[in-house]
Amino acid sequence: MKGILVNYEYCTGCHSCEVACKKELGLPKGEYGIKIDEFGPVKITVGPKAGKWEWAFFPMVTKSCDLCEGRIAKGKMPMCVQHCQAWCLAYGEVEDLVRKVDGKTRYALLVPEQS
Amino acid sequence: MLFNYDEFLESIDREAYHEGEWRWEEDGYEVTRTYPYSAPGCHNSCGLLYYTKDGKLERVEGDPLDPFAGGKLCMRCLDLPEVVNHPERIKYPMKRVGERGENKWERITWDEAGEIIKAELAKLDAQGYGRESIFVGSGTGRNVIWQVPLIGVALGTPNVGPLNLTGQSCYAPRVCGTAAPMGDYPIVDASMTSPDRYANVEWRKTDILVVWGNEPLKSNADGYIGHWLLPAIQMGTKIISVDPVLTWWGARAEYWLPVRPGTDCAMALAWLNVIISEDLYDHEFVDCWCAYFEELAEHVKQFTPEWAAEICGVPEEDIVGAARLYANASPGAIQWGLAYDTQVASMELTLAASDIMAICGDIDVPGGAVLVHNSFEINAGYALTDMYLPNADKKLTIRDLGYEGFPFMGSPDPDAVNIAMEAGKPYPIKMLWTQSSNALSCMSFAAPRTYETVKNAIDFCVYADPFMTPSMVAFADLVLPVAMTTERNSARTWWEPVRAMKKVTSFYEAKSDEEIICWLGNLLSPEIFKRWPTAEDLIEDYLRTGLAARGEDGEIVKAVFVAALDDDDAGLNERKDSEDERTLFRASEEGIALFDDLVQNSCGHRYWDWNGTYRKYEKGLLRPDGKVGFNTISGRIELVPPTYRVWGIDPLPTHSENIQSQKWFNDPEFRKEYPFYCVNGARSYEFFHSEHRQLETMREFHPDPLVKINPETAKEYGLKDGDWIWIENPDGRFKQRVKIFPGVSKWCVSAEHGWWFPEQPAEEPYLFGTFDSNPNNITHVMETGSGGVGAPRKNVCCKIYKVQEGDTMPGEQITRLGGFRDYVAGEM
Repeated sequence: MKGILVNYEYCTGCHSCEVACKKELGLPKGEYGIKIDEFGPVKITVGPKAGKWEWAFFPMVTKSCDLCEGRIAKGKMPMCVQHCQAWCLAYGEVEDLVRKVDGKTRYALLVPEQS
Repeated sequence: MLFNYDEFLESIDREAYHEGEWRWEEDGYEVTRTYPYSAPGCHNSCGLLYYTKDGKLERVEGDPLDPFAGGKLCMRCLDLPEVVNHPERIKYPMKRVGERGENKWERITWDEAGEIIKAELAKLDAQGYGRESIFVGSGTGRNVIWQVPLIGVALGTPNVGPLNLTGQSCYAPRVCGTAAPMGDYPIVDASMTSPDRYANVEWRKTDILVVWGNEPLKSNADGYIGHWLLPAIQMGTKIISVDPVLTWWGARAEYWLPVRPGTDCAMALAWLNVIISEDLYDHEFVDCWCAYFEELAEHVKQFTPEWAAEICGVPEEDIVGAARLYANASPGAIQWGLAYDTQVASMELTLAASDIMAICGDIDVPGGAVLVHNSFEINAGYALTDMYLPNADKKLTIRDLGYEGFPFMGSPDPDAVNIAMEAGKPYPIKMLWTQSSNALSCMSFAAPRTYETVKNAIDFCVYADPFMTPSMVAFADLVLPVAMTTERNSARTWWEPVRAMKKVTSFYEAKSDEEIICWLGNLLSPEIFKRWPTAEDLIEDYLRTGLAARGEDGEIVKAVFVAALDDDDAGLNERKDSEDERTLFRASEEGIALFDDLVQNSCGHRYWDWNGTYRKYEKGLLRPDGKVGFNTISGRIELVPPTYRVWGIDPLPTHSENIQSQKWFNDPEFRKEYPFYCVNGARSYEFFHSEHRQLETMREFHPDPLVKINPETAKEYGLKDGDWIWIENPDGRFKQRVKIFPGVSKWCVSAEHGWWFPEQPAEEPYLFGTFDSNPNNITHVMETGSGGVGAPRKNVCCKIYKVQEGDTMPGEQITRLGGFRDYVAGEM
């Protein structure tokens, strides 16, 4: 099973993944295969991180995503991963990706429905 | 962390990405591996793969095998097919048939365009004006910078530069402000000078990165990709952010220092004070490689953190903490940006920050601030007019403003040009040629005034651009269609590596900038331009000699060499050996052009070892005489540079502020009327300055101009997200939509620049709505810092209030009602 691992601490919200995907899939205005969500900036007031800023970007994979099956078959990377300017996306077997999660920074594993 | 460069390189399926090939067939497409470089604009040039079919660009993707960007294209290059195939592009040369501002045009041929230009030049000559009465303007950082001075050469004018960029307030102040103390320009080492990139064994991450006065992720300015720094951040680089507005960096910083806009120099001076008084500097480096340290140490004693805290509005302990953190780094580096140029203490700030890096030993070391030259020392640029024109001494400079210092900028002084345009002193400007610049929407300070001046005082305006812009509708008499990046052969040597742009498509009658130069030059000045009958000849000569001037016998007589400071001949040197020195860059095959060799045999790029060498000062690589040391008179980094004195600038830096800012700080009444600083020019991922506004994809992400305001300000003024507000001061007003943002202080608003709305009517009073949201309605000209350099743009003061139905739009006010305010021609 394939997935995309996101190290979202470092996502800059640059939109490269979104546009790369839109162009690959030919998606019209308003449709996305991957879409960045944003939280913040907010100054944290409670807990051990109080006083720090939280400003996170998070790429979310939609139903339009086919994990770039056609590209993968040719030996290429998924468009979003290939163009991620922040080096915060990785594609691979889910079990390999899980091994990269080290608890030292923030990760999320995206595993869309696949055939 | 996910960043692992070795793993990345290993993971690339090299067959799938056709390693080593420059062109192949794939699924019915012709694929070309090359580099784009404007139009559309950007300061960079990232390796990509063009997919074309039947002569049309269908799709684009990044080239993972390109060391410059690793295939990581930004959204703008990913959207190249939309822009190069856009239905609103200019297809043919056109002449104006209605009045200026009516947007009425008639298609003509290039030959007819040439005849019109010749007739206008004859008229200019007959009226007794010198050719210096022509001004040639271009936009920032695009692939016109080395080319456009040749338009000046063809027309016979040395006045080639940015239109109305008062105080030279973009990049040049930092280039000159470091050339004086260290003889070269430092940029933060993100491994970009080596083809091995992050796998280069010599490279190491920056320990403490100061992101100061810019958002490099969005601006990618000055030939530098902001995202290059992300691997270092993942590897543990710590951040200090100096910016009135919270950025991605500030939110992740050890210290975010939200300075009062335009007080950065006070901050830098206080850092020097802390670093020297607490003995945190690099003694060995200072002893061996710096000069005038005692003078600097004595001078900065007065600039305590307590003093700076009051001026900057930042807690004293944060200033001290940040300075200590930086000084203890091994190494640190300062990623500085445009804010350095858009304040009156520009030259002083640059010097102070340069001195911080110098005394901490961060210069030209791995992970520090590395000294860079144009690749293979190919330096064609503004100095070309000085090389080729007999009237180069007529160039408008700070001397025309009454300054006595040596005019140290290569391009003409924009304020002197402004006075010439407005008041005809020392001579009038009667003709304007603009190559890829939409100054009204973008860089022109006091935009309403530029509108009035150019429209009324300039007899003949030529505009060359891929799209009809607001500036073109307002001013142009003749319009020339410019080829976009997929439609041109070209090359660049701005930093590393040297890169070739390979043409893959054509667009109607559009010509590339190089083709326009060869066409115009051979029409008007064949004695100079016969060397370059075609664009390919020009590009080849650029790569081979840097467009060096040749004598009758073909020998090189003048070339643009390193911008040596002891050279008072505007950067020109005798350089008969220049071709030999470039043996590194000689074609690898006999008989093949350098350009073709680059494109076909070298994947479009080649790295020059010089830039990839660390500690060049220890190796005798910086000075023309080959001795160790820096390229300064003393051979050391001159912390208190005597060169500043020659330029008429105090070499002991002090803090100063523009008039409005002083009033805001000292006069409660003024502050009541104008409670906010307007921090202008916030960048977006979607746009490069005024470009990309006609693209549906970009506007989907970013439909309208946004002004960030603090939540408390929103509450006080009863504003919510999306409300249109006026931002106003005595110079005028403009409107943008509110974005409530806790990362901007209560005394700042942060507005975007470059807006126009291609979907709105072109003709006056609309001009595509460019005045309506233009922050340059509230900036002004002719208030500059020492040496005529640095102007207040990001720290003008303002008030805000809601837009009401029936309000007069700025377009109407400016084009129909005489503007916002009166002024005396040639004065502030």
